[in-house]
Amino acid sequence: MLLVIAIIAATLRLATPLIFASLGGVFSERSGVVNIALEGIMINGAFFSILATEFTDIPFIGVIAAMISGILTSLILAYFAIHLKANQVVVGTAINLLAASFTAYLLELIWHRSGQTNPVKHAIKAHPIPFIENIPILGDLTSQLTVFVYLAFIAVIISYYVLYKTPFGLRVRSVGEHPRAADTVGINVYKIRYKCVMISGALAGLAGATLSLGTVRLFKEGMTAGKGFIALAAVIFGKWHPIGAMLACLFFGFTEALKIQSSAIGLGFLPSELLNAIPYIATILALAGFVGKAVGPAASGESYEKGDK
Amino acid sequence: MATNKKDNMFKKFLDSFKIPFIAILLGFLIGAVFIIATGNSPFVAYGALLNGSLGSLPKIGETLLKSTPLIFTGLAVAFAFKTDMFNIGAEGQYLVGAITTVAAAYVFRGLDSYLLIPLTLIAGMLGGAFWASIAGILKAKLGVHEVIVTIMLNYVGLNLSNYLVRLVLNPAVINGTEAKAHTILIPEAARLTKLKTIIPAFDYSSVNTSIIIAIVCAIIAYFILYKTTLGYEIRAVGHSPLAAEYGGISVSKNMILSMAISGAFAGLAGYAQVAGLVYKVDQVASSPGYGFTGIAVALVGKEHPIGVIASGILFGILANGERHMQIEGIPKEVVGIIQGVIILFIAGDQIVKYLINRKNSKKEEVA
Repeated sequence: MLLVIAIIAATLRLATPLIFASLGGVFSERSGVVNIALEGIMINGAFFSILATEFTDIPFIGVIAAMISGILTSLILAYFAIHLKANQVVVGTAINLLAASFTAYLLELIWHRSGQTNPVKHAIKAHPIPFIENIPILGDLTSQLTVFVYLAFIAVIISYYVLYKTPFGLRVRSVGEHPRAADTVGINVYKIRYKCVMISGALAGLAGATLSLGTVRLFKEGMTAGKGFIALAAVIFGKWHPIGAMLACLFFGFTEALKIQSSAIGLGFLPSELLNAIPYIATILALAGFVGKAVGPAASGESYEKGDK
Repeated sequence: MATNKKDNMFKKFLDSFKIPFIAILLGFLIGAVFIIATGNSPFVAYGALLNGSLGSLPKIGETLLKSTPLIFTGLAVAFAFKTDMFNIGAEGQYLVGAITTVAAAYVFRGLDSYLLIPLTLIAGMLGGAFWASIAGILKAKLGVHEVIVTIMLNYVGLNLSNYLVRLVLNPAVINGTEAKAHTILIPEAARLTKLKTIIPAFDYSSVNTSIIIAIVCAIIAYFILYKTTLGYEIRAVGHSPLAAEYGGISVSKNMILSMAISGAFAGLAGYAQVAGLVYKVDQVASSPGYGFTGIAVALVGKEHPIGVIASGILFGILANGERHMQIEGIPKEVVGIIQGVIILFIAGDQIVKYLINRKNSKKEEVA
C-alpha cells in the first residue's frame, strides 16, 4: 500500500510542472503560435523564483517572479513571431539557447559560482491538510504534495472553462483555426495571439517555479532537462486540449515514477532508458495516427499578415 | 556589359550576407553589454576570444576542431531547409551516428585502415540518415510535422544511445572487464589522422582529417543541390510542392531523400567526433547541443553549403574563444547569449532590414 501511495504521489509530483507548461503550450498553439520555447521559459522561471525568494525570503514572491519572468520571456516570442513574422521554431530555439545561457550568466554574476545555487531558506513545502490528514490513505498521500499540485488541477479546469465556455476561448480557437475568417468578423488576431503567448509564458514560468522552489529549493543549471519538450509532447499527445494534455502529463509522470520505483515493483529488468523514452515514442505514435488522430490547430505555426490575400 | 553583370552578381552576393553580418554585429554588441555588467572591458574580452581562437596555428587548429561538428550539423539543417523542411533533430542524428560508428568499428575490428575507415564512416552516415528518415517518412506518407517528430527523436536517440553504451557496447559486456560510463574504444585502425602528424606546427591541437571530410561534404552538398537533377527536384519541392507534383516530381520521395541526406550529414558529425577525437561514446544526460547550434550555423550561412563552412568556422571561433574569455574572468555564458541573439535577429530579419533602411534613408537625406 505504501508503495502504491508512493507511486501515486510521485506521479502527481512529477506531472505537476508538466501540466503547467503543457497548458501554456495549449493556449499558445490554440491561438496559432508554436511554443518551442517552453523549455527556456521554464528555466527562467526556475531561476527567478529562487532569486526572488533568496532576496525576499517569501516563496510566494518567488512564484510571482517566476510568472513575470515567464511573461517577459514569452514577449520575445510574441514580438518576433507575431509582429515580425519570424519563423516561430527558430525564435523558440533561440529563446531556449538564450535562457540557458542567461540564467547561467546571472548565476555567476549574482552568486559568483557556477552549477547551482544554495538552497533557499524558505521554500514551498508539502503540508498535511487539516481534517484530511487523519484519513488513512488520503492523508498519507496529501501530506506528500505541495500546493503546486492542487494548483495544477485547478489550472486545468480554468483553462478548459476559458477555452471552451467563454467568448475569449472561442476567439482563441477561431484565430488558431482560421485567422482570416476571425479577422473578417472583427477579431484582433494579433491581440489574441499576444494574450495567449503571454498566458503560456506565465504558466511555463510557474512550471519552472514548481521545479526549483517546489522540489529541490535551489536552481541548478540545466534543471529542466527537456521537461519543456515533454510538455510540448503532452500538448500533442493530449490533442491540444487542456484535459487531454493533463492526462498525457499524468501518464508521462507515471512512467517517470515507475522508473524511480522500478526495482521495488519488480520492473528492474526494464532498462531505465526505455521508460525515459516512452513519452517521446508515445507522442510520435500519436502523431502517426496509431493512437487516434492528432490534428492540431490549422493555423498553428503560421504567421498572420493582416490584409493578406 | 559583362563586367556590369559580374558587378551585379557580386553586389547580390554581398547583399545576401548583409543581414547575417548585421545580426552578428548586434550579437557582439549585446554581448558587450553583458560583459560590461560583469565589470570587465568588452575589448579585453573579445581580444581574448579572438586571440584565443586565432592567435597561433595550434589555436586555429583547436578552432577548426570545434568547427567540424558544427559544419556537419549546419549542412544537415541547411540541406533540409532546401525542401522547406525543418530538421531540428540533428542532435539525435548526431548521437545515433556516433553510436553506429562505434558499433561498426567493433564489428569490423580486424580490418585494415583503408577498409575500416570507409566502413565506419558509412555506418555513421547511415545511422544519422536512418534516424532522420523516420521523420521524413512520417512527413511524406502521413503528413506529420517534422519539427515535433525530430524533437521527439532527439530524446529517443539519446536514450537509445545511452542504452547501447551501458548494456551492449560496454567494455563490461564485450571484454568482461569493469563496467564504464562509455563504450569500448574503437581500434587504432579506425581513428582519423591528427593534422599535427602531417603539419607539426599544429602542435598540441587535436584537429584531424575530419575537418577535410566536412569541407568535402559541403562541396558535395553544393553539387547535389545545384548541379544534379536530384538537387533540382529537391529545391523545386521546397519552392512549391504543388507545382513540383504537377511537373511530375514525386514530392514524398524527395522529402524522404532530402531528410535522409540531411540526417547523413548530422550522422557524420557523430562519426567525426568518435573517429577523430574521443574514440568512444559516453553515457550522457543531455545531448551536446551541436544540432541546435547547427540551426544558427545554417541561418548565418544563408542555408548555402559554402556559406555554412564560413559560419561553421565563425561558431567554432566563438566556441573555442569562450574558454579564453573565461580565463580573463568573463562568464563563458556570454558566448551562448551572443549565439542566441544572432539567431533571433536573423529570424526576425525585419528588424535588421529596418535598421539598414533607416541608415540608407539617412544617407539620402544627407545627400
